[in-house]
Amino acid sequence: MWLAACGGSSGGRANINVWVFNEPSGSFKNAAKRCTQQSDGKYKISLNALSNQADQQRQSLVRRLAAKDSSIDIAGMDVVWTAEFAAAGWIKEWPTDIANQVKQGTLPGPLTTATYNGKLYAAPANSNTQLLWYRKDKVDKPADTWSGLIDQAKQLKTHIEIQGAQYEGVVVWFNSLVQSAGGTIVKGDQVTLGSGGQKAADIISELAHSSAADPSLASQHEDENRLAFEAGTAFFQINYPFIYPSAKDSAPKIFKQIAWAPYPGINAGEPAKAPIGGINWGVGAYTKHPQEAFEAAACMRNSENEKEAAIKGGLPPTLESLYSDPELKKAYPFADLIKKQLANAAVRPVTPAYADVSLAIAKAVSPPSSIKTDGFVNALRGTLKDALDSQALL
Amino acid sequence: MSATSVAEAPARSGRAPKSETDRSKAERKLAWMLCAPAVIVMVAVTAYPIVYAFYLSLLRADLRFPDDRTWNGLNNYGTVLSSSLWWSDVWHTVIITVISVAIELVLGMLLAITMHRALFGRGLVRTAALIPYGIVTVVAAFAWRFAWSSAVGGFVPKALGFSYDPLDPTHPFWNYFVVIATEVWKTTPFMALLLLAGLTLVPEELHEAARVDGASAWQRFWRITVPLMKPAILVALLFRTLDAFRIFDSVFIISNGPNPKLETVSILGYNQLLNRLNLGLGSAVSVLIFLMVAVIAFLFVKGFGTSLAQQRGEK
Repeated sequence: MWLAACGGSSGGRANINVWVFNEPSGSFKNAAKRCTQQSDGKYKISLNALSNQADQQRQSLVRRLAAKDSSIDIAGMDVVWTAEFAAAGWIKEWPTDIANQVKQGTLPGPLTTATYNGKLYAAPANSNTQLLWYRKDKVDKPADTWSGLIDQAKQLKTHIEIQGAQYEGVVVWFNSLVQSAGGTIVKGDQVTLGSGGQKAADIISELAHSSAADPSLASQHEDENRLAFEAGTAFFQINYPFIYPSAKDSAPKIFKQIAWAPYPGINAGEPAKAPIGGINWGVGAYTKHPQEAFEAAACMRNSENEKEAAIKGGLPPTLESLYSDPELKKAYPFADLIKKQLANAAVRPVTPAYADVSLAIAKAVSPPSSIKTDGFVNALRGTLKDALDSQALL
Repeated sequence: MSATSVAEAPARSGRAPKSETDRSKAERKLAWMLCAPAVIVMVAVTAYPIVYAFYLSLLRADLRFPDDRTWNGLNNYGTVLSSSLWWSDVWHTVIITVISVAIELVLGMLLAITMHRALFGRGLVRTAALIPYGIVTVVAAFAWRFAWSSAVGGFVPKALGFSYDPLDPTHPFWNYFVVIATEVWKTTPFMALLLLAGLTLVPEELHEAARVDGASAWQRFWRITVPLMKPAILVALLFRTLDAFRIFDSVFIISNGPNPKLETVSILGYNQLLNRLNLGLGSAVSVLIFLMVAVIAFLFVKGFGTSLAQQRGEK
């Protein structure tokens, strides 16, 4: 960590500081080591750990970037930050040649999340999507719609584990519901929320007021969902694939019974627009070694490194070719489903004011049991409009 | 502090211009020079940030939109004051302030009397009572959170047989209970110390005379101790109220993430400034907090002033 303080190069070798969440399996650390070796003395990557919560990661990064900190060479950015960071001038646009290299073979969904105003601002490192995980010893066939699933959970006297706390996770849920219902939230600088928003609010409220909701829904994040599922108290959870390798280690009995299904939809027979998440590598605008930083960022997401992150860390790759890799398919039996969902995913609103938009939504839909479903759309439209003009107190 | 002494000096000499000799002129000059460093430091560390915050509060200033910095007039204040969020956060802050300060006053008084009356081990009693005040607020808040949160394995919910996590945002009563308890535990010693200073001012002879006249301990407390301590009580209340109103750290730690029902005005300001980098709105919130604190201070000083006048009038 002390290397971060030096920042500069030592003996002609550029020190590239990468800031990213503390990936528990160590795959980022290994990637950094490999890239350093492969650079032939051109650069050395130092990994700096950020918090594991997206909101706190963003806070740490934007405070430094707003203060023009040159020690941020590469930032591991949540897919929703691209527009904000690019518009504020905190990350560099990728030069054409290396941008083309990044685009090669990358899935279109993740690529959209790294693009702002038609220009590439980041290299998709890993993607992510949520699946419906269930216990095959308790459930024959999970329902494919939200209302069906809620009824099923009520009958089985179990819970559907999902993220209900007031943070980004609940926004992910809301956004997927709105888009699955055929709506959108914000487009450009216009608020487009309509009947899809009402439908989404109704579903969240229905779950929250039913016995299918976990009693602590209002304070649940991905990890609390995982724990409840591993403890065996819930038969369903809507979560990212990291729960799969995790259950293998911490709940081997439950692991044997884990099965998966597509993200639930609104109407029977219509596939849902599942969430898309993940991390993109952005190059800090104030870095002293832009060339090396672009190269290092591209290296961190090469086929070998993405594969390790997928197998060890459960982070779905952004390179299409990896989805047919036999080794990956073995560790990741749901790879095809993920690839399918990523092709038709619900990208969250692309706007420089995303952080405000997200806060406005989170405050409107969480705690889920106190959503005001009457006049929900009009109220949220008002706050969203203010949020886009940075005129909302949130 | 230095500002007042500077302001008083010329006023006094102005009243008697004839007596202004070379010597007093030189003294005045010296006084200014001696005060200058303090004045400069005060201007740099308080006046400048306050003025700058006020200036920012009149702009649309958002670090995420560096090119859109425009004059916004009083719009930011309009946004804040018309937002239900601001008023609910003010309400949360008032609840925490009033309840915690009231409990601290009662407990602080009991503690002060104990410390005052302690016959043996006086030093030990006073030191022991001050320990919570010596602990960093963040550390104290973490200690309370670790004790009370089932999520991190706290022993209190287990001991009380709670089936739920009392620090979960869905249980506002317990959220407030723990925040207020933390505040009370932490700052009662401070209150007690200020009250103890007031207690020592009450002459023992008055108590003896009253006792001879047959006044009970209760009567002596209410008729002698409390009226004579009034200035000390008001100062203690003023300090604590101003502090409690700006409460941030213990609420921040105990809520451990967003908790809309426990959010206070300082946390609201923090969110605007440090999370959203919206300097305009955040500064408006800060200026409003500053104004509310100023009003509280003004009301207390008013009360303090009249009580002194009353005492003088009675004499």
